[in-house]
Amino acid sequence: MNNSNSQTYDAIVIGGGHNGLVNANYLAKAGLNTLVLEARHLIGGAAITEELLPGYKFTTFSYALSLLRPDIVQDLDLVAHGLMVLPMPNDFHVNYGGVGLRMNADAGHNYHAVAEHSIHDAEAMDDFFHMVDRVCHAMKPLMDSIPPNTVSDAAADREYLAQFNDYLDSLDDDLKAQLERFWTGSMTEILDEYFESDFLKGYFSSSSIIGSMCSPSTPGSALVYLFHKMGEYDGEFGSWGFHKGGNGGFTQVLARAFEAKGGTIRLDSRVSHVKREGDTATGVVLEDGTEFNAKVVVSALDPKRTFMQLVDPATMPQDLIQHIEAYKFQGSAAKVNFALTDVPPFPGLEGNKSAFQGFLNIGPTLDYLETAFQDALEGRFSRRPFLDCCVQSTIDSDMTPAGKHVMSCFVMWAPYHLKDSDWDTERENLGDTVQQTIEEFFPGFSALVEHREVVTPLDIERIVGLSEGNIFAGELFSSQMFFNRPAPGWNQYRTPLAGYYQCGSGTHPGGCVIGGPGKLAAAQVLGDLEG
Amino acid sequence: MNQPEIWHHWSGYLAAPRYQYSVLAEYYAVRDGVAVFDTSPLFKYRISGADAEAFLAKLFARDIRTCAVGQSQYTIWCNEKGFVLEDGVVMRVAENEYLLTAARPNLRHFRLHQGDFDVSIEDVSKAYGILAVQGSKSGLTLGKLTDAVSDLPYFGVTNTSLAGADVIVGRMGFTGSQGYEIWIKAEDALPVFDAIFAVGDDYNIVPLGEDALMLLRIEAGLLLIDVDFDSARHAWVDAQRETPLELGWKWMLRNLDQDDRDFVGRSAIEAEIANKTSRWKTVGLQIDYYDFERVHRELGIMPPKDSMLAQETHSLYDADRNYLGYATSVMYSPLLKKHIAIAKLPLDKCKRGTEVYLEIVPIHKPALVKANVVKMPFYNKTNE
Repeated sequence: MNNSNSQTYDAIVIGGGHNGLVNANYLAKAGLNTLVLEARHLIGGAAITEELLPGYKFTTFSYALSLLRPDIVQDLDLVAHGLMVLPMPNDFHVNYGGVGLRMNADAGHNYHAVAEHSIHDAEAMDDFFHMVDRVCHAMKPLMDSIPPNTVSDAAADREYLAQFNDYLDSLDDDLKAQLERFWTGSMTEILDEYFESDFLKGYFSSSSIIGSMCSPSTPGSALVYLFHKMGEYDGEFGSWGFHKGGNGGFTQVLARAFEAKGGTIRLDSRVSHVKREGDTATGVVLEDGTEFNAKVVVSALDPKRTFMQLVDPATMPQDLIQHIEAYKFQGSAAKVNFALTDVPPFPGLEGNKSAFQGFLNIGPTLDYLETAFQDALEGRFSRRPFLDCCVQSTIDSDMTPAGKHVMSCFVMWAPYHLKDSDWDTERENLGDTVQQTIEEFFPGFSALVEHREVVTPLDIERIVGLSEGNIFAGELFSSQMFFNRPAPGWNQYRTPLAGYYQCGSGTHPGGCVIGGPGKLAAAQVLGDLEG
Repeated sequence: MNQPEIWHHWSGYLAAPRYQYSVLAEYYAVRDGVAVFDTSPLFKYRISGADAEAFLAKLFARDIRTCAVGQSQYTIWCNEKGFVLEDGVVMRVAENEYLLTAARPNLRHFRLHQGDFDVSIEDVSKAYGILAVQGSKSGLTLGKLTDAVSDLPYFGVTNTSLAGADVIVGRMGFTGSQGYEIWIKAEDALPVFDAIFAVGDDYNIVPLGEDALMLLRIEAGLLLIDVDFDSARHAWVDAQRETPLELGWKWMLRNLDQDDRDFVGRSAIEAEIANKTSRWKTVGLQIDYYDFERVHRELGIMPPKDSMLAQETHSLYDADRNYLGYATSVMYSPLLKKHIAIAKLPLDKCKRGTEVYLEIVPIHKPALVKANVVKMPFYNKTNE
C-alpha cells in the first residue's frame, strides 16, 4: 500500500449531508482533526438549495425543518453561524371546488375553522393533539439517546436495556397504551377514535404517509406520523419552519460551523472504499485513488452503502448482511418544483400570499389517499397523488425575483420500482400529473408556471445516493427502527470493523433533517476513543 | 388588516398586539424582511426658537449640542435628584428646531424648565403620524419611493417626499434591525402608508404589532418605560426610581468632564459617579439552555418557549440563594434560541459571565435556573 502521499486525519466522515456535517461538527468540537468527504460539487446531501433558473432558488429535495434536535443548535452554536428558521404560520388543507381549511397559530381560530366542517372534530382536536404531545414528550428521551443493544449479553448492555425498560415502566398507563398503538397501529384507527370528518382525517393523516410505502390504513403508519410530530419548533411538537435560503441554507450553516471548528471539507471526493488492516479501519480511498488515513471513519451514507459498498460485504458477519439485504428502502416519494409568476389561485383567495405561508396539503380525504396508494401497490405512480406543497417565497422573499414565487411539491406515491415502465420515461409524465392535480384544486395554476423541475426516486438515488430514493435512508417502519435500525446489534453506530462507524439517517433515530444520528454517532465515537 | 381584531388602547389610540395570528411571523418580517409599526400614539413635541439648543442642553442629560442639523439622538431627561423621568428620540430638523417623541405627556415638565429661554414648546402629537418601517429590507423598500434614504447614516434625519407627501425620515427604530421612522403630516399618513405597502409587497411586507415589537426591542437591549424602569415622576420612593448610570446609560454622559452644561440632575449624577453610589446596574442575562430544559424535564413538562414569560419580574439569586436583584423582560429569543432577560444586579455581579440563578415558577412552585451575565444588546443589525 502506498501511504506515502496520503494525508492523515483523526477522523473522516464520508458524506456531507446534514448528518455527516453534524457528526463532523461534534468530532471537530471534541478536538479531532476531521475531514468531510463529499462526492458532489456542493455540500448538503439531500438538504440543498439550487438556483436552477436565474433568481429562483429551489429546495431540490428536502424542503422544511422541524425534527432537527434542539440540543444540536445549542451544542454546535449554530445561531452564531447563521441559523435562522423562519416559522410557517399558516397551513392550508384544500378540497375540490374552493373548499379549504386554513389553520394558523391561534387555537381559537382553528377551533372555529374546523367546526365549519365538524364541531365534533373541533372539540376532539384539543384532546387529540394533547395526547400526541404527551406521547412525543415521552418519546423524546428515546430519540435523543443511543438505543440499547438488545442482542448483546454484556453486563453493561443488559443494564442499559434495563434502564430503558424502567423508563417505559415509569410512564403513565394511558401513555404506555398510546405509545404501543403508535408503535404498531395504523393512523386511521387512531384518527377514527377522535374524528368523524373524512376531510379532516385526510388532513391529519398526511404526516403518516410522508416518504413511506404505506397508506393511513396500513399498520405502521401511526409510527410514521408520530416520528414527524417529534419535531419541535421552539418547543412546540409538530411545528415546522423554513430555513432562510432553504434547507441548503441550513447545511451551509453546518458547514460554516464545522470549518470554524477547524474542520476540512473536500468536495468532488467520491469514496471508493474504506481501508482496513485486519479488523480495523485505517482510512479511505477515493475513486480517483487518493488515500486518506484516519483511525476513525464514519459513514453518513445509507446502510446498504455503508455495509455493502464501502466495505466488502463478504468480510461482514452474514447475519448483518442478511438484515441489510432485507432492510426496506423502496423509495416512494418524488418532488416537483415550480417557478411561478404568482401564488396558486384558490377560488376566493386569488393573490392571497398568507394562505401559502406553510404547508399546502393536497390530499383531501382518506379515500383520496387510499386510492392514490392503490396505484403505488400496483406498480405505478398515483394518478391523483398526495402533494405536500410549500410556496417558500411567501416566507423568504430572497428565494425569487421580486413578485415571483417558487413552489416545492412533495409527491406521494411514486414507487421506485415501476411495473411497466421506468423513471427516465415517466419523469415528465409525473410532472404533468402533478401539475394537472394542482390545477384541479387551483384552476388557472398551469398558466402561472414558468419552469418545472421533476425529481423522481431514481433521481434521488442517482444524485444524492440514497438507495432506491428512500428519503429516510430506509423506511420508518417499527421493524427497522430503534433496536433494529439498521440491524439488531448494530444499532449503536458501530460496525463490525473497529474504528468504522455509521451516522446516516439509516441509523437511530431515523430520517428527516434531524441530526440525531450524526450527534449520537459522534457520542459513540468519542466514548470509544476515551475507552 | 387586523386579522385577530384585537385592539388595545395606547395613549388614547387603538393599537394592535398583532395583525396576524402569528407573532413570530411579524417578528421575522423585521429580522428578515420588512414590517411597519404605527408609532403615531407617541407624544410629539416641537421645540423651536433662538434658544432651542440652549434649552434642550439644560433639559436633557445627553448633550444636545453635539447633535447637528440632519442628526438625531436617543436621549433622556432627569429630575433634580438625578433620577430618570423619561427617554425619547430628538431630531434636529433645522438650526433652531427640534422634534421629540416621548411615551408620556411632558409638556408641563418642559415648560416648568423653560424659564427665560427664548423657545416655543408645542405639542404636535395630533399633527403627525409616525410610521416605523423596520427590517433588513426596510432600506430596499423605501428606496423604491425615494433616493433620500440610501446613504442616510444611523440616526441621520432628512426631509424628503414619499408618494407626493413631504415627510421627515430618520434612520432609527426600536427593533435592532435596520429601520426608519417617518414623520408624516396627519392628512398624508394614509396615502404614504399605502404607498409603502405597495412597494413592500415584493418583500412580503406586513404590519407589525406590539407583541412582536416587544421581542424585537428586548433583543435589541432597548429598555421600555413601565416595564424595565419606572418614571421617577410617579414613583413613591427612591427604590422605584433609577439613575442613568443604573439603567446602563452612562455612555450618554461620557464627556461630562468636558461639558459645562447645567442640565437638570447634573450635580446628583456627578455625585453618584464620584462616590460610586449606584445601587445596581442594568445588564443582559442569558438563561442556560440546558438547565432550563432540565428543570422542566424533571417536572415532566415541556419548557415554555413561547416568547414572553408570563411573570413581570423574576428574582435573581447567587449560588447560595442570597437575593441579588431581578430580571424584567424575560423572553425566549426566537432567533438566538435561548431565553434572555434584562437584569438589575449589584455592581460586583455585573461582569460578563457572572453566574446567577433566575427564579421561575413552573407548576406553581419556584425553581432556580442558571443564567449568565452577557453583553447587551443581544442582537444588533441596525447598521446593516
